[in-house]
Amino acid sequence: MMRPDRIADRTAHRMLPQSAAGWLALAAVVGVLAVLPLSATPYYTGLVTTAMIGAMLALALHLLVGATGLVSLGHGAFYGLAAYIVYLMSPEGAPRPIWVTLPSAMLVAGIAALLVGALSLRTKGFFFLMVTLAFGQMFFFVFHDTKLGGGTDGAYLAKPLIQAFGLTLDPKELPRAQRGWPAYYVALVQLVVTYLGLAFLLNSLFGRVLEGIKVNEHRMEAMGFAVHRYKLAAFVIAGMLSGAAGHMWSLHSGFVNPELVSWHKSAEALLMILLGGIGSLAGAIAGAFAYVALGEAAQLATERKLLVEGVVILAAVILLRNGIMGIGSSLPGMAEPKESSALEIDGPPSQQETSVHAASE
Amino acid sequence: MSGFLSQLLNGLQYGLLLFLIASGLTLIFGVLGIINLAHGSLFMIGAYLAFLVTKATGSLWFALPVGIGAGLVIGAVLERVLFRYFYDREHLDQVLVTFALILIFEEMRSLVVGNDFYSVPVPAALDFSIPITAGFSYAAYRFFVIGACLVLAAALITWIERTNMGAVIRAAAEKPEMVDILGLDARRVHLTVFAVGTALAVTAGGLAAPLTSVYPNMGDGMLIISFVVVVIGGLGSVSGAFFAALLIGLIDTLGKAYGQAFAGSGLGNIIAACASMAVYILMVIVLLFRPAGLFGRRA
Amino acid sequence: MQPLNDMPGGVLATQALSKAFGGLRAVDDVTLALNVGELHAVIGPNGAGKSTFVNLLTGQLPPTSGRILLEGRDITGTPAWRMPHLGIARSFQRTNILKSLSVLENVRLAVQAVRLPAARVLRKPARETALIETARRAINRVGLIGFDRVQSGVLSHGAQRQLEIAMALAVDPKVLLLDEPLAGMGQEEGERMAVLLQSLAKEHALLLIEHDMDFVFRVADRMTVLVEGAVLASGKPADVRADPAVQAAYLGGRG
Repeated sequence: MMRPDRIADRTAHRMLPQSAAGWLALAAVVGVLAVLPLSATPYYTGLVTTAMIGAMLALALHLLVGATGLVSLGHGAFYGLAAYIVYLMSPEGAPRPIWVTLPSAMLVAGIAALLVGALSLRTKGFFFLMVTLAFGQMFFFVFHDTKLGGGTDGAYLAKPLIQAFGLTLDPKELPRAQRGWPAYYVALVQLVVTYLGLAFLLNSLFGRVLEGIKVNEHRMEAMGFAVHRYKLAAFVIAGMLSGAAGHMWSLHSGFVNPELVSWHKSAEALLMILLGGIGSLAGAIAGAFAYVALGEAAQLATERKLLVEGVVILAAVILLRNGIMGIGSSLPGMAEPKESSALEIDGPPSQQETSVHAASE
Repeated sequence: MSGFLSQLLNGLQYGLLLFLIASGLTLIFGVLGIINLAHGSLFMIGAYLAFLVTKATGSLWFALPVGIGAGLVIGAVLERVLFRYFYDREHLDQVLVTFALILIFEEMRSLVVGNDFYSVPVPAALDFSIPITAGFSYAAYRFFVIGACLVLAAALITWIERTNMGAVIRAAAEKPEMVDILGLDARRVHLTVFAVGTALAVTAGGLAAPLTSVYPNMGDGMLIISFVVVVIGGLGSVSGAFFAALLIGLIDTLGKAYGQAFAGSGLGNIIAACASMAVYILMVIVLLFRPAGLFGRRA
Repeated sequence: MQPLNDMPGGVLATQALSKAFGGLRAVDDVTLALNVGELHAVIGPNGAGKSTFVNLLTGQLPPTSGRILLEGRDITGTPAWRMPHLGIARSFQRTNILKSLSVLENVRLAVQAVRLPAARVLRKPARETALIETARRAINRVGLIGFDRVQSGVLSHGAQRQLEIAMALAVDPKVLLLDEPLAGMGQEEGERMAVLLQSLAKEHALLLIEHDMDFVFRVADRMTVLVEGAVLASGKPADVRADPAVQAAYLGGRG
């Protein structure tokens, strides 16, 4: 006797909504976000922008952690590096168009990720974690210890110009209460594009290879996959997307400091992924919003924000095995055993299976 | 010349402190399979503990034994209350739990002591310099730190190489299931390793406090460099950690001391930057040619 | 490339292949050749170096010395992931499948690895129907008809062994290396496996690693006995059975 959840449809990627209802929910969320600044105060609009940027970084890291099974502590560095690239290209008072800064920031982040990835992917497991962390901190120390980017205090930069169809949108010309809107809407568009792009990537044959690597890297290699190249590709794509998120941060805040490059950024993004649930892209986004909301609530409730955060993280890791998105479906007893051999079947699959593997459609 | 000798001794002393931290990291990680990102925070706790006890009693001499004892207790409590539930969990869970510990430890530090820098006085008995050559003398306390680290390192290595539990630890670092096969209570081994590893980091913090002062997030930098030590030394290898720690202590100290001399010209700035990142460059070289570490077995 | 003169024939051949771990010679100077249409069994007691030998052939381990030739071409030192592309596929002694994925996805990935042109890697899986059809045929061939959508990790042990073989044969390799496919199988499953192996041997050069002597004598066309990494005897089963060295070293203890 086979339980329905044993049928392997769950192994198919569910990165995009699977039903009309799912697409409607997605559209509704985007719709709410699209009109939110009209009713929210500038402070909360800015907070949601921050959450969306966090979500972009979490999505980028999800490609490695959730989809490929590689826990990197170095991608915060690519995020911060990209923000610093904007500073180096357009210091305060000398803005450049977003069409120049965004590709540049992503390119530099991608090259950095290629170098770091090529080296750190020579190691596995804990070693990979430590090496990505160490390389990430190397970038941190470059900006922390040298005058390259304003040193420990950080520096102001010229926010990239938002240009389209020959028109330039200058936030300073807007009413004070609406100055955060351009960054907000750019972030919203970028978040949606990142989500759809990653969903497309993970639903492709490339995504299937990453999933296989996550499940059993050794077997994938024996089957004939150049595992190292796939992992490096995922590492670099994640690096470029982290760079895009870091670029967005510069556009939002107009300020860089070494904290942006620190490994704590990577840890925060990992936390967002865990909070939201590691099984889906939507989880990374939900987790980012939850994390920002948590920080805000902790700030309001107490002077000791980090203490509250730390305790909540502990509780989340211990109790919330499948994240926010998994609440309800992950009640005790439903958790998947590591080895499923306990539940063996000998006959053909039962007739009650209703779901179909994506590949067989 | 005397300047060079002084930097050499500084590098030796720094490397030995690094060994105390990295050996705990590599042991915990080799035997228990736990990656403890809060290991740097334990160093920080040790330093602040030394500051507090010194302030209360007037002398670091009380602080050091208190640090060792507190370290053992903190380690044992952490292992029993938290870490033993994470031996079989995913890396991601371990990373986040230990990251949460960093936040909690830092906030508790801020709660108890605040966010200021404090200096910790060198014990009066060691507050002098020992003349080495004509015109060069070296602080007695730094010699004391070198000596104390060497004693601790020797004790640790003797424990691992010569005792029954040490044999189990060596075996477990290679194959975790060996603990049960060799008949020693796995719980006891885990508890001991975690407590000793923690105590080493806390003690290192106490020894370093008079040299570096105490300040927020002081554990972060040590954590990263300890990782580099473990990567270069090889997984679970205490002797590897010893040599890698000395190597890195010397390279980092000398690189930072002499790299700046080149700064000024374009090429000189690059040399200076490379010298200050010499540790990472060394890690790159090791990863290229010996991905399992200088003393690690090939996977 | 023209075959060299001093080379033994066969699709896949080894010349004085050796592997040492420290002082231990796990595989010691093994020379043998596999031919299409021939089921070649390698037998030997535990620790005889059988699995190490397969790991050398598939690039999982680099040999200490000696050469591996595929259709006369020296492929020694080729990385493991290249081997299926050259036409060498294997199964593992300890079941090594993607347990959380469906049976179909396991085999489909094996086909994708070898058959999918890199330019099409961003297409949707469902659109590459040729991969799916090829995978299905392999699944049916090993007897897992109707199991396509089942999560492979919940299959019985015997079915997982069958899946292992489906993953290897799906890409229609020149050489099939099967490392103890019968390990842990029941009597009846073993019988079915014997039929499958003999039919596979008609189309591929098949190397079978096995420790069950009776089974090997029944199905093998040619066999090699490894003891402590070295070839003790090699030839037709009847000749090997009669070989005095084999009698003394291996069969003697069996009464």
